[in-house]
Amino acid sequence: MKLSRLSAPVLLLFPAFLVLAAVVVVPLALSFYSSFTPFRLTKPESLYVFIGLRNYMTVVSSSDFWVAFGRTVLFLTIALNAEMLLGLGLALLVSKAVRGQRLLRTMMMFPMMFSPVLVGFQFKFLFNDNIGLINNGLQALGLTDQAIPWLINGNLALFSITVAEVWSSTSVFAILILAGLLAMPRDPIEAAHVDGCTPLQTFRYIIWPYLMPFAFIAMTIRSLDVARAYDIVKIMTDGGPAKRTELLWTLVGRTAYGDARMGLANAMAYFAIVLSILFTVYFFRKLAAARQQIGAEW
Amino acid sequence: MAPVSLKKLVKRYGALEVVHGIDLEVKDREFIALVGPSGCGKSTTLRMIAGLEDVSGGTIEIGDNVVNDLPPRARNISMVFQSYALYPHMTVGENMGFSLKIAGRPPEEIKEKVADAAAILDLSHLLERRPSQLSGGQRQRVAMGRAIVRRPDVFLFDEPLSNLDAKLRTQVRTEIKKLHARMQATMIYVTHDQVEAMTLSDRIVIMRDGHIEQIGTPEDVFKRPLTKFVAGFIGSPPMNMDDVTVDGGKLVFATGATLPIPPKFRQRLTTGQKVTFGLRPDDFYPTGHGLNSGDAEAVAELQLPVSITEPLGNETLVFVGFNGRDWVSRMLNPRPLPSGQTIKMSFDLLQAHLFDLTTGKSLVA
Repeated sequence: MKLSRLSAPVLLLFPAFLVLAAVVVVPLALSFYSSFTPFRLTKPESLYVFIGLRNYMTVVSSSDFWVAFGRTVLFLTIALNAEMLLGLGLALLVSKAVRGQRLLRTMMMFPMMFSPVLVGFQFKFLFNDNIGLINNGLQALGLTDQAIPWLINGNLALFSITVAEVWSSTSVFAILILAGLLAMPRDPIEAAHVDGCTPLQTFRYIIWPYLMPFAFIAMTIRSLDVARAYDIVKIMTDGGPAKRTELLWTLVGRTAYGDARMGLANAMAYFAIVLSILFTVYFFRKLAAARQQIGAEW
Repeated sequence: MAPVSLKKLVKRYGALEVVHGIDLEVKDREFIALVGPSGCGKSTTLRMIAGLEDVSGGTIEIGDNVVNDLPPRARNISMVFQSYALYPHMTVGENMGFSLKIAGRPPEEIKEKVADAAAILDLSHLLERRPSQLSGGQRQRVAMGRAIVRRPDVFLFDEPLSNLDAKLRTQVRTEIKKLHARMQATMIYVTHDQVEAMTLSDRIVIMRDGHIEQIGTPEDVFKRPLTKFVAGFIGSPPMNMDDVTVDGGKLVFATGATLPIPPKFRQRLTTGQKVTFGLRPDDFYPTGHGLNSGDAEAVAELQLPVSITEPLGNETLVFVGFNGRDWVSRMLNPRPLPSGQTIKMSFDLLQAHLFDLTTGKSLVA
């Protein structure tokens, strides 16, 4: 037997390698290769034509791509910061709750339990200019008598999507920051009070430095998430109106499946992945620095 | 520098009252230790003085001001915590200078004061380190440095030595004592360790179940305990105590053993009265191996069996069987004693204590 000549560890790991290769390595290699071909789903034989970096040149020189790229970075920045601030506020409020804190913590996680597709549909309905709850509410309160075109005006549409994204994911920050708050030793806070700090100064100099690593963990997780933001956008606006909410992944999806230009789409996707990695590395660095700052022993 | 005055101070958590209206006058520049077993309310009292716990009743005055409703930052106090409570993200120097920075002092002044305090506590070479890089003893010195940099009116210590090992504890204890001499500040020190309380303080406050049992100098509480609790709490090894019944001129123990009534109590006792008899190990020793307090007549002697011995070098603790259990005695100029041997023991009755059986109050008081 040929197999028996392999050592036991290799033999035992072989099935795992096989599965990993089938589901990760091969598709990855294939997609990477196809980004160097003019592969179209409608012309399978195009997979065998090697065109070098032409797809990448096309991507780099495409204004559509760079607009979507820039919009994605903007979207990421706004969404992450809003989520962080809201999550911090939420965590601070919940940590103050004397009774029912468990219940509040559970409720806080509700948005995470919904599929992003459902969240997309829900907010699509809420922001609908004719029958949506938001316009209805604004009009009922007499704040406006217009039907505000939330999902139709380009700027408002990106705003609406951001709201949906923030709603569904603020709890990631809230949960992680709350974990930090609950794990935080009380003594340094009390020492700060005795040392003359007002509550605001206590937060600024003592509590916030301690929470920073937790915030950066959330940032790292979320930067991966948002950089592949697709479902909510797909449902709510599908990149419209007139591509005003096109993000990297909706553009990639449209190029791959709408235009059937798989090779080009794969080239774009690698740009998107690099963007994700850059964000993650950035936050990871910040996290390491913040951990060192507080002398964390984890 | 300021006196601290507690008047009818009460602390309640909901319906549960943990400090029951205590009164205490701490003089300016005095070193006061609050001692007692866990849960006696000593830490709660200290935290109320610091402003970290709300006051449920009564008043706290620091200097001439009632501070009940002032936040900690307005009380001009410093506190040293058991867990050090250093700011982990700041260097030693930043930790020590933090209160001055918050108070908006100029950087040169902060630097100077931190350097002064660091010199006092031998921390000058550690100013750039972070707390996580320090040993326990160093961390506690930093915590003390942080306290002295502010020059507060009152220093509060909450079991500052409990997390240190025995050797360091003695060392830091000496430093606290030196610090008090140097700072000339009022200090209130909470501990459950009576040795710390005895060695450091001008006066000791012994607390139990939210009440003050006795306030007095270390000598007072050791030699003249007002209650059975204080007698048992102060002193190591603890005082030997057993219940006795008065019968004529004798005290009769449960097993029938008898001792003469100590002279100073003779007029106070009546036949049939039940009291608790207490004698410190120092006043109970193998005959010829202790110091009697001068009146040879007041020394009773009995033949008792040795159960075990604990040699300590300069002295030996001898446990002898008496009244059905082991009484501990302190043997000076020790010699080896085999277990089971019967030896002559001296009871220095001039130093004996008697306590009321029901109230636990000392009969001398």
